[in-house]
Amino acid sequence: MNFTLRVWRQNGPAEPGRFEEYPALDIPADASFLEMLDIVNEGLIHKGVEPVQFDHDCREGICGTCSLTIDGVPHGPGRGTTCQLYMRKFQDRDVITIEPFRAAPFPVVRDLAVDRRAFDRIIQSGGFISERTGSAPDANATPIPKPTADFAMDAAACIGCAACAAACPNSSAMLFVSAKIGHLGLLPQGIAEKNRRVLNLVRTMDEEGFGNCSNYYACEAVCPAGIPASFIARMNREYTAASVKEAIGATL
Amino acid sequence: MDLPLGKWLFSSLGKKLVVAITGIILVSFVVGHLLGNLTFFFGPDLINAYALKLHALGPLLWVIRLALLATVVLHIGFTMLVWKENQAARPQKYAVNAPIQTTIFARTMRLTGLIVLAFIAFHLAHFTLHLINPSYATLHTDLDGQQVHDVYRMVVLGFSNPFVSGFYILSLALVAFHLSHGIGSLFQTLGLSSQTLRPVYEATGRIVAWALFAGYAAIPVSVLFFGLGKGVRP
Repeated sequence: MNFTLRVWRQNGPAEPGRFEEYPALDIPADASFLEMLDIVNEGLIHKGVEPVQFDHDCREGICGTCSLTIDGVPHGPGRGTTCQLYMRKFQDRDVITIEPFRAAPFPVVRDLAVDRRAFDRIIQSGGFISERTGSAPDANATPIPKPTADFAMDAAACIGCAACAAACPNSSAMLFVSAKIGHLGLLPQGIAEKNRRVLNLVRTMDEEGFGNCSNYYACEAVCPAGIPASFIARMNREYTAASVKEAIGATL
Repeated sequence: MDLPLGKWLFSSLGKKLVVAITGIILVSFVVGHLLGNLTFFFGPDLINAYALKLHALGPLLWVIRLALLATVVLHIGFTMLVWKENQAARPQKYAVNAPIQTTIFARTMRLTGLIVLAFIAFHLAHFTLHLINPSYATLHTDLDGQQVHDVYRMVVLGFSNPFVSGFYILSLALVAFHLSHGIGSLFQTLGLSSQTLRPVYEATGRIVAWALFAGYAAIPVSVLFFGLGKGVRP
């Protein structure tokens, strides 16, 4: 298959960026989007052009490292991660526009690679359980109702790829943050710290400069883990409850 | 912030909650205002008596008016605060604009809201302050032997102008646009939504929004196209 790529090139965080056009020729239909970029980069290297930088790691859809906004949609038209998007999803001779994830808290490092450490700082502010839980316990040691376990697992599926914030026109990170709050706050190990966690995570999210949810639900549409935006509603009530508890001095 | 809940109020979620709660108050007003307006269909005496009762509230009416004004100011003010942050969070827009999942109602909230604000200003100048047509203030009629302001005739005269009626109907459609997203969406912001409830809220919100439109628009439509109140025209 043959394509024309319009790729965002930017030399560094402070440098101005621009689009460059590259032909992507003789691409196998079963190549993943990242493999297609590898092929294009090989060609650029042979021509003495600096290859296009992009984030990738596991290439099997579980790590959340790959990004890219393809034709305006984070992770492109596949509704999974970019590494799980195959070129057969496109038409031959398509013009494909590739941009980095856009959000003020995600500065461009180079080309299509962005710095997503804002998410790490959010997690560091409360996305964990302080208690030492030791090695994996027996599955029946802590009884958890099946619906609760399933619901927590829906949220725990988050791989932190940041497509939600990249898809949101307001660069809101609320699907990500609410998934962490839902995942940890639903299970017995995480309930003890739930008030402190929701307050800290939301405040750090605000400090990092993410926008506010407008209930467009673009986030859940691009989430490769299929996390529903109902977790945001859950976060909203948890945050208000925790704020009231904090105001009367009832939080730990 | 030294207020006990100041941190909450000015957080991302707190600001959105202010917009949602003031939204509920404004939707309640829109429903109440429609119920009052519908007395128009029961003849001049009923709507004139209704207007008289409202004005007889005296100071209480002013309390309600100022509370509504404060609600509007908070609703718009907090939206602007949120909007400013949202703009700052996405300094560089995508070259390819592909709206994902969202609706036309959601994407036009600020636009419809601000046009509706302009409409409210016109509507108050038109029917409450009589600035557009000062002769409206002099319209009087007899109600049970008492001289009262003839609201019925004012409405008929006002809506007999096709441009005025057209502007009202267009503005009401924008209100319905605004509420088509607003009503369903506020439950999410209040945290009262879930995966199963969201479609219910969204469908109900849209039905309520367009039912309100039908109720309000029925008045100019019946005056302009069906000659309601023809006898009272000069």
